[in-house]
Amino acid sequence: MKILVCINKTPDTTSKIAFKNNNTAFDDSGVQWIINPYDEWYSLVRAIELKEKDPSIIIHLVTVGSADCDPIIRKAFALGGDEGFRINIDSTDSSFIAAQIADLANKNQYDIVFTGKESIDYNSSAIGGIIAELIDAPYISLATLFELNGNTATITREIEGGEEVAEVSLPLVVSCQKGMAEQRIPNMRGIMAARTKPLNVIEPIAQENFTSIINFELPPAKAGVKLVAADNVAELIRLLHEEAKAF
Amino acid sequence: MSVLIFIEHSEGLIKKSAHEVLTYGAKLAAQLGTTAEGLVLGTVSENLTTLGKYGVTKINQINNESLNTIDSKLYAATIAEAVTLTGASVIIFSHTPTGKSIAARVSAKLKAGLVSGAAALPDTSNGFIVRKSVFSSKAFANISINTDIKVISVNPNSISAVIGNGEATLNQLTINVGSPSIKIIAVNKITGEIPLTEADIVVSGGRGLKGPENWGVLLDLAKALGAATACSRPVGDAHWRPHHEHVGQTGVQVAPNLYIALGISGAIQHLAGVNRSKIMVVINKDPEAPFFKSADYGIVGDLFEIVPQMTAEIKRIKGIA
Ligand SMILES: Cc1cc2nc3c(=O)[nH]c(=O)nc-3n(C[C@H](O)[C@H](O)[C@H](O)COP(=O)(O)OP(=O)(O)OC[C@H]3O[C@@H](n4cnc5c(N)ncnc54)[C@H](O)[C@@H]3O)c2cc1C
Ligand SMILES: Nc1ncnc2c1ncn2[C@@H]1O[C@H](COP(=O)(O)O)[C@@H](O)[C@H]1O
Repeated sequence: MKILVCINKTPDTTSKIAFKNNNTAFDDSGVQWIINPYDEWYSLVRAIELKEKDPSIIIHLVTVGSADCDPIIRKAFALGGDEGFRINIDSTDSSFIAAQIADLANKNQYDIVFTGKESIDYNSSAIGGIIAELIDAPYISLATLFELNGNTATITREIEGGEEVAEVSLPLVVSCQKGMAEQRIPNMRGIMAARTKPLNVIEPIAQENFTSIINFELPPAKAGVKLVAADNVAELIRLLHEEAKAF
Repeated sequence: MSVLIFIEHSEGLIKKSAHEVLTYGAKLAAQLGTTAEGLVLGTVSENLTTLGKYGVTKINQINNESLNTIDSKLYAATIAEAVTLTGASVIIFSHTPTGKSIAARVSAKLKAGLVSGAAALPDTSNGFIVRKSVFSSKAFANISINTDIKVISVNPNSISAVIGNGEATLNQLTINVGSPSIKIIAVNKITGEIPLTEADIVVSGGRGLKGPENWGVLLDLAKALGAATACSRPVGDAHWRPHHEHVGQTGVQVAPNLYIALGISGAIQHLAGVNRSKIMVVINKDPEAPFFKSADYGIVGDLFEIVPQMTAEIKRIKGIA
């Protein structure tokens, strides 16, 4: 059995968000890069857990991006994974990124493709669904539990106001979120092993970008907080009711 | 050239988020000088022609047993057929759990550019540019869709439903619907609670509440306001509250009209899930708590003293005994 885990490089959650070149590009000076938390904590760890149960499982990692993604894949390798693929091109278009991953998936015939629920930079929740369509597989989004019984997966996913349990035959694509697994910290052995795992750099397939970012904007600054004295709670409620018309 | 709006329903009723996207689609159609139509998959008990009040002229329905399972593969194939039959060039979804499972897949099927999580109506004065929130609501990106067919999913609560007095015609589409690729074996809905992502008001608690046994003050306030309840991540991790209530960067993202934070410090990862709220109110005993920098209103003080007074005052104003 082969599992592909999609790994995206994102700015650390505490990064200050700023833009450059007339607001057309993200300003990454001083930014610390991390593995997208959903990819690291949930999809990668769940794949590793499945392999711990069945050592014959092979885990591949893939990222679409230029050479500065290599440290991120190595970081992921420290947690687990057997072999990595970096598709050597930067893009912000979901269709473009997913087409690259789908091409690899079609060549290598994975049984399971895991993505995170969303990337914390572009927040699209889109890559998994597009990959699934391009490889003609079922897609379960926002999964919180994933169990494997032979060729069938039993998956719990979030729906509005609750959850739903689905049974799906492999191959399939799953987007992962909280609940799937518990965050892990790499150990020394993992960190040592990560250095020697094969990381293949492959060139992208021809594909158009269907969208392009024109520019970025920061939200308008808040006017500042209106503080009400602790012994005047009624005034806060009056402001919420009459001024903010919030209830 | 028309705009086609995918209408979500649950237990036979049209969802609130669907009213918003109907309005969004109708406004976009007006902007483009074309018409807006709705698309309903499966069975609905409401009278669909009344959806015309949101500005759509026609509701297309595909009523087939198989569509009662929301399977992205089947849905994408069926919706793509409907797009061809109706000749639509812009397809609108809600960026809800259902929308997230289908919209991207539809875009792939149609080879259409996708913007998911749109925050506003597209700017069509020169091209087709959609604004969406990025970096966990810390910024916006204006994105140009360069394909002929365009797919947009709209963040809930980013546009208010507008009600006029139109009526829509109902059109049953005949499409050969396949069978689902997944089998649903259980559905667990949390009954009697307001879904967090749809709520107008959210009351949220953090570690400042000290323990699950103290949640009564928060629940009373939420009840008086008709609000949904949420919590910070450590509260969910400690199982003081169910994990589906955890909001923030790694939890649920909400954008209510009013977000009230009780005993939450306002860490950047927490704010990332709540800062699209229109009004934020913070009750925290520490005047240095970072949340005060993002809040609109606040009280520095002990939540256990302040919250019951808030509840009493709201009840007085609303005339609740
Ligand atoms: C990668 C990453 C992702 C994360 N994702 C999330 C996320 O999605 N959501 C999230 O919430 N967090 C997230 N976190 C955690 C986040 O950094 C904070 O640790 C967390 O939000 C703190 O929760 P809190 O405000 O409840 O607790 P604390 O930070 O402990 O704050 C408690 C607050 O209560 C106040 N208080 C105490 N007693 C009272 C009282 N009697 N009356 C009034 N106020 C009182 C205190 O002054 C304090 O400000 C993430 C962290 C990381 C590293
Ligand atoms: N450049 C990328 N390379 C590999 N995987 C990616 C990339 N971008 C996004 N993904 C995957 O797709 C998921 C959803 O991302 P998004 O659709 O951008 O919200 C992420 O959690 C990743 O698992």
